[in-house]
Amino acid sequence: MTRTDTAVSDADLREVSLTRSEYERICNQLGRAPNRVELGMFGAMWSEHCGYKNSRPLLKLLPTDGKHVLIGAGEENAGAVDIGHGLAVVFKVESHNHPSAVEPFQGAATGIGGIVRDIFTMGARPIALLNSLRFGNLDDARNRYLFNGVVSGISHYGNCVGIPDVGGEVNFASCYAGNPLVNAMCVGIIPQEKLIRARARGTGNTLMLVGAATGRDGIHGASFASLDDPELSHRGVVQVGDPFMEKLLIEACLELGETDYLVGLQDLGAAGLTSSSVEAAHKGESGVDIDVSRVPCREEAMTPYEIMLSESQERMLAIVRQGAEEDVAAIFSRWGLHSTVIGRVTSDGMVRVRNGTEVAAEIPAHLLADAPTYVRNGTAPDYLQETHAFQPESLPELQDYNKALLALLASPNIASKECVFRQYDYSVQVNTVQGPGGDAAVLRVKGTPAGLAVTIDGNGQYCYLDPFGGGAIAVAEAARNLACVGAEPLALTNCLNFGNPEKTDVYYQLQGVIRGMAAACEALSVPVVSGNVSLYNETRGQPIYPTPMVGMLGKLESLQPSTTLAFQREGDIIALLGPQTDHCGGSEYVAQIHGVVTGRAPSIDLDMEVRVQSVCRQIIRAGLISSAHDCSQGGLAVALAESAIAGGVGFQVDIPGEGRVDSLLFGEGQSRIVVSLPEENLAAVRALAGDQGVPCTVIGSVQGDAVVLGDKVSMPLASAQRAWQNGVAEALAETG
Amino acid sequence: MKLGIVQFPGSNCDHDCLHVVRSVLQVEADLIWHEATQVAGYDALVLPGGFSYGDYLRSGSIARFSPVMRAVTDFAEAGGLVLGICNGFQILTEAGLLPGALLRNSALEFRCGWVHLRVESTASPFMASYGHGQVLRMPVAHGDGNYVADPDVLSRMRDNGQVTLRYCDAEGNVTPTANPNGSVDNIAGVCNESGNVFALMPHPERCAEPELGGVDGLGIWQAMVLALTSAPLRV
Repeated sequence: MTRTDTAVSDADLREVSLTRSEYERICNQLGRAPNRVELGMFGAMWSEHCGYKNSRPLLKLLPTDGKHVLIGAGEENAGAVDIGHGLAVVFKVESHNHPSAVEPFQGAATGIGGIVRDIFTMGARPIALLNSLRFGNLDDARNRYLFNGVVSGISHYGNCVGIPDVGGEVNFASCYAGNPLVNAMCVGIIPQEKLIRARARGTGNTLMLVGAATGRDGIHGASFASLDDPELSHRGVVQVGDPFMEKLLIEACLELGETDYLVGLQDLGAAGLTSSSVEAAHKGESGVDIDVSRVPCREEAMTPYEIMLSESQERMLAIVRQGAEEDVAAIFSRWGLHSTVIGRVTSDGMVRVRNGTEVAAEIPAHLLADAPTYVRNGTAPDYLQETHAFQPESLPELQDYNKALLALLASPNIASKECVFRQYDYSVQVNTVQGPGGDAAVLRVKGTPAGLAVTIDGNGQYCYLDPFGGGAIAVAEAARNLACVGAEPLALTNCLNFGNPEKTDVYYQLQGVIRGMAAACEALSVPVVSGNVSLYNETRGQPIYPTPMVGMLGKLESLQPSTTLAFQREGDIIALLGPQTDHCGGSEYVAQIHGVVTGRAPSIDLDMEVRVQSVCRQIIRAGLISSAHDCSQGGLAVALAESAIAGGVGFQVDIPGEGRVDSLLFGEGQSRIVVSLPEENLAAVRALAGDQGVPCTVIGSVQGDAVVLGDKVSMPLASAQRAWQNGVAEALAETG
Repeated sequence: MKLGIVQFPGSNCDHDCLHVVRSVLQVEADLIWHEATQVAGYDALVLPGGFSYGDYLRSGSIARFSPVMRAVTDFAEAGGLVLGICNGFQILTEAGLLPGALLRNSALEFRCGWVHLRVESTASPFMASYGHGQVLRMPVAHGDGNYVADPDVLSRMRDNGQVTLRYCDAEGNVTPTANPNGSVDNIAGVCNESGNVFALMPHPERCAEPELGGVDGLGIWQAMVLALTSAPLRV
């Protein structure tokens, strides 16, 4: 066995983000020292971004099997679930945090491009986009620039490719200031028998590179996404997106999927041609032989190293049946796209890269695909002692509850995000039954009576205060959002945004959150079918809140009866499904009004959660209720105000429960849904809730044009509406 | 009867229009590829929304030179019915088949949402289902919908009943706050002098089925079919 330790310097290894011990492992496994091209390929494939080396052992804790799962997590570019009627839904969420921190417009735009390719790579027509965004507070000019740039970038790319952006969420906290989070989710639909696999199979079949020419942009993007200071590391590696090219690729690839020319299809994302060819060969249990001199380049004198590691956007690798090359080229050509034969499928398990006649790299595919994994020790972060010791009773009692409610409604985390989503086309494709702004979006499925409900959610603050509980809540709340529109959850996708996992407290957060998510997945019977991990989200050594985003897909057997969060009729009574809240720890109220992020996150009883959601779905399907809205940020008071604002009608509610009024109004106790209903349906709703042991408390009625909560809150609905409607715009304008 | 929906590279409402014509109107329809040089066999044409050629130069300015536009122009000049929606509106103004031009929205941002429209003129056959002054509710989704035309052109258009739809509030008042993009006189839809070429920025194909939140757009499609049924025209 050859070992060559002296051939590369520490600087060489830093450039490809490999450690000395990883380098030695490569030498041992190859039986020789890798050359420069090979080293670059290892660096990309063994990055956290491609290789999941810190997260893979923990991700195994998440349940991935379920009766609706057609393609499970990790098998393909995205997971696929059975929605009946012979159809599959393919969906996934992915991060583009680091590029967006440096160049927000293109970073976000190419994030959309990348996740969309993951979906049509499987043959599915993309039918919906959602996104979860996190920024630092808007009182800082840089954060406003990042926020505006990211939203414009999503708008620019998503609108042009004609995929409705139907939902999402935006939150602000100082920990995201240098490191915003841009997580994009895409959902696609396809007849099950037409699903395409990303596999290189059949010796002698042809590899064709399709779409944009290859440039020097984005080299080392995957490796740099795995470093911890985006501002320092990412300059020069951000790519520029071309949504028009992507739209042509979508149509051409979907047309190709209708033929029998295709063996497999793989997009070129992180680590470009390297990861796409390695994954196709590895999953196809074959090898590939690529000649980089055939790759169309848009810059002069590109080296094999640069071509293999370029992350130029809007490119696809098609594995086509030998002999069908011209027919395939004709399809792409009709769409004005270039396609070039760049190699062949082989049977020797090697990824062989040639530059004309010279062999530039030759590595067994499995060595590149199987990154080493690290199991680390997590230790509880020091801050938890202090936050857990916090007593909500120590907060001064509020003098003016009207003022507090208005401040919460106007806080950018709670205020209307219409100024964001009005920049996204959410009605193209004529499927949008409920667009952005509700608990979940609802899409019809043409040709069937069924509907799909989709949502994305995450609360970093809870996970910071209680990793396990916060992880469980992230999953539970996404499912609760679906329950509020009457949908049964089928599966979820997740994006795990964390700091540097090599730090023991960050690793503790990662472990805790994943375990909490796993517990909620089990309780709610919702498997994980796809996901993405984004680690090293730090600025100057300070990690972001541990922020798992959960994107969930649900199914409605029928679009009728439908329910939204909006109060519908004066005279309807208002009831609270679920337990009373017990404290206001970790809430938006404590953060916004008292200026501290502390306390214990809300607790969650997963067994109760399952029953509350089940009752909510039942009473919606039975047509018993007029509206449903879950209590999340801002608690009961904000949930009621949001339902009133959406419906344009006020309410009078008696504050339920005992204890401090601020906790009762603004505490974020879980498993609670505010419903409104005609009084004559109350007995039936109570009976269904009672059957499952779910508390159902009548708290007031829909009436008038004022927001009234006991003797503590009384204001015109118009005042609440104004605060909520203008909150984000005012925060953006405040300091110019 | 058969409708043709022109498909440019970057069109993204082509399949939506096809869906409405086939599934809602139960009328035969096909996509017409932008490289087609003739449109024989079609009774009316639709230029759908989207981002033809990425709208990289100026919305509609490249699509206007697609081979099919020669045939579309001949069809329109012979009196054939042509409906332009969103990007289709932009292409028709670029092609000179409709007066005026569409600039970047005054807010310099894309705008998606529902708007109200007041029917200003029923001179065009596309307006046959609506009454003068009727208020409609339709979705918009565009970045370049800010309609402009020279004052004398505008005045002639008004006299001829070519200003078809204007943005208004729910009560039908034409106000600045009801204008989503800064269009002159809140103009949302216009037709040519003979009324056979009509285009609008809002999306009537997105409000032709009740589950999508409204059916006010259906009237435009029905009027088109009605016009063909009563006076079949094959160019």
